Amino acid sequence: MKRVSPATLIGILALLALPFIVRTFFGGSEKYYLHLLIQILIWSFIYTGWSLMGRFGLTSLGHGAFTGLGAYTVVLLWNYAGLTPWLGIPIGIVIAVIVALLVGYPCFHMRITGHYFALLTLALSEFVRLCIVGLRDYTGGSLGTQPKRYGDGLSLYAIQFEPDRVLAYYIALAMWAAGLYIWWRVARSMDRYALDAASQDEEAAASVGINVTREKLKITAISAAMCAFGGATYAQYQMYIGPETIAGLGVSLNIVFACIAGGLWVMLGPTVGAVFTQVLSETLRVTIQSSAALQSILGSAVLALDTMIYGLLLILFIIYMPKGILGTLLERQEKARPSPPARDRLPAEAP
Amino acid sequence: MDCQLDIYFLEAILNGLLLAGLLALLALGLNLIFGVIDVVWICYAELVMIGMYGIHYAYKGGAPFLLAALFGIALVALAGIVLHQLVIRPVLESAPINQLLVTGGVLFFLQAAATMTFGIDFKNLGLRPGSVLFADMSFSYSRIITFGVALVAMLLLWLFLSRTYIGIAIRAISQDRAIMPLMGVDQRRIYLVTSGIGGGLAGLAAALMVLQYDIYPQIGLQFGPLIFMICVLGGLGSMIGGFIAAFIISEFIAVGGSCFATEWGYAIAFLFFMVVIFIRPQGLFGGRS
Repeated sequence: MKRVSPATLIGILALLALPFIVRTFFGGSEKYYLHLLIQILIWSFIYTGWSLMGRFGLTSLGHGAFTGLGAYTVVLLWNYAGLTPWLGIPIGIVIAVIVALLVGYPCFHMRITGHYFALLTLALSEFVRLCIVGLRDYTGGSLGTQPKRYGDGLSLYAIQFEPDRVLAYYIALAMWAAGLYIWWRVARSMDRYALDAASQDEEAAASVGINVTREKLKITAISAAMCAFGGATYAQYQMYIGPETIAGLGVSLNIVFACIAGGLWVMLGPTVGAVFTQVLSETLRVTIQSSAALQSILGSAVLALDTMIYGLLLILFIIYMPKGILGTLLERQEKARPSPPARDRLPAEAP
Repeated sequence: MDCQLDIYFLEAILNGLLLAGLLALLALGLNLIFGVIDVVWICYAELVMIGMYGIHYAYKGGAPFLLAALFGIALVALAGIVLHQLVIRPVLESAPINQLLVTGGVLFFLQAAATMTFGIDFKNLGLRPGSVLFADMSFSYSRIITFGVALVAMLLLWLFLSRTYIGIAIRAISQDRAIMPLMGVDQRRIYLVTSGIGGGLAGLAAALMVLQYDIYPQIGLQFGPLIFMICVLGGLGSMIGGFIAAFIISEFIAVGGSCFATEWGYAIAFLFFMVVIFIRPQGLFGGRS
């Protein structure tokens, strides 16, 4: 990154100053807004990790398995072996990567793609969720579990930072930035061209000397590692994990949809997807909670309204805007501009 | 319960066989749609859920059960046609994975819509046909009925696909999508008919399931993944394969569930599925080149 545009610089400064902006303007509900921001950043990181694979046509419905493995490994090692998350998180990542490679290798070797790849990884999601539920003596089954609080819940040794929302915000922000950096490195690497070629025509890519299986395994390992790390961070921040909230098919589908809504082929696409989905569901929830009329009409079932609108929007997005919010916006901008800066721009390839 | 070769073990195996009938019927509709339209309805189990609610309210509204069941079948057949027209048709030309994901959006929508309309509590018809005792083993009548009806439905579908003009056209189009329009087959009509039949099969499965299971908005998540697994395992597009795969999977669930806990039965089934697909990506009986 030789040239940092003024807009980018302002953006970075704004993100760094955000906790103080929130404190100034929303002093009363500072915690709530910071919580929302932290959630967005953590999920953006996970979504970005998924999009590394998704953009090359490897539509995995199995990443809920990796977030789950990351989260549960850290929490179980901490609760039952007293192992600090400083070791637990790397172990969780290693386990997720091993599982990813074990599933990925036969998949890529046997050329399992498209529907078959999606349904196979779907089975992986469900398998991991069922194992978590099945090991209920340790994992708390479908009720979920909590990492044991260390002292007052604010500790470097136990990596617990939930009470200090500002600190949590900066941790999440650093993680998110690291995620974007990984995305950027991948986008600039030779592997990316190899994977682009492979996603368009495997045979042709192999014939020019690309080791398709190895390239795919590499990106799968990075992607799974990011999701496991994201899952572990989620557990450390949320101080609660459940099979439905951090593992399984539901989480996998949320990951995929947020990425598609935001835009798969642009760096900030998954982040925009996370902002969009979180803000949508929070706005709806707040609107519903403050509206006595809506509540009296719909009763407790009103809580499902956000999912319904979410589902409807997803259908519309895939039909009318397959490049996502940010992808479509950038495309419009490109068309409006006469001569795009050729080097710095990533070509927006067709899905 | 310990895993011993006793009468309970045999009971579990036979109950697995009875479950296989239902799962095979569920997989049949999805298989037909995949074979003909080349689209996977991720929301297939949610259509079944809609059918179950439809039958529930029709029955509670005073209709006799058979009439309520017919209503359910018609309702889901209609839902299948609407789904095809509104959601699938616009994405027929786009990437296969978008077709899969768009029905995932339908899954969220239907589940949430059901939660809002019908509430989250468990509902049942209050129809429990009882069970038959045979050599110290008990089998519920509803499971036996389900098994029989599923077999008859499969036979009827097979007759339809092999004896009628439109059935033959459906099979032809699944073999060569490009050439059939040239032979004067109206592809759009075939797709609509197929979606209707696929929906109708989901409705039939719903009618059988209300006899055995409580109805709640998330019931689709319990069956959905199993159905996809059976379709892929049997070889997408192969009906016989689907039936055998349903049998294998339900034995894992029934026997594994009686030896360990229910989740472990499911978990072993998913693991088995992954291993088989690694060895035979086209499924046990699929003919994919």
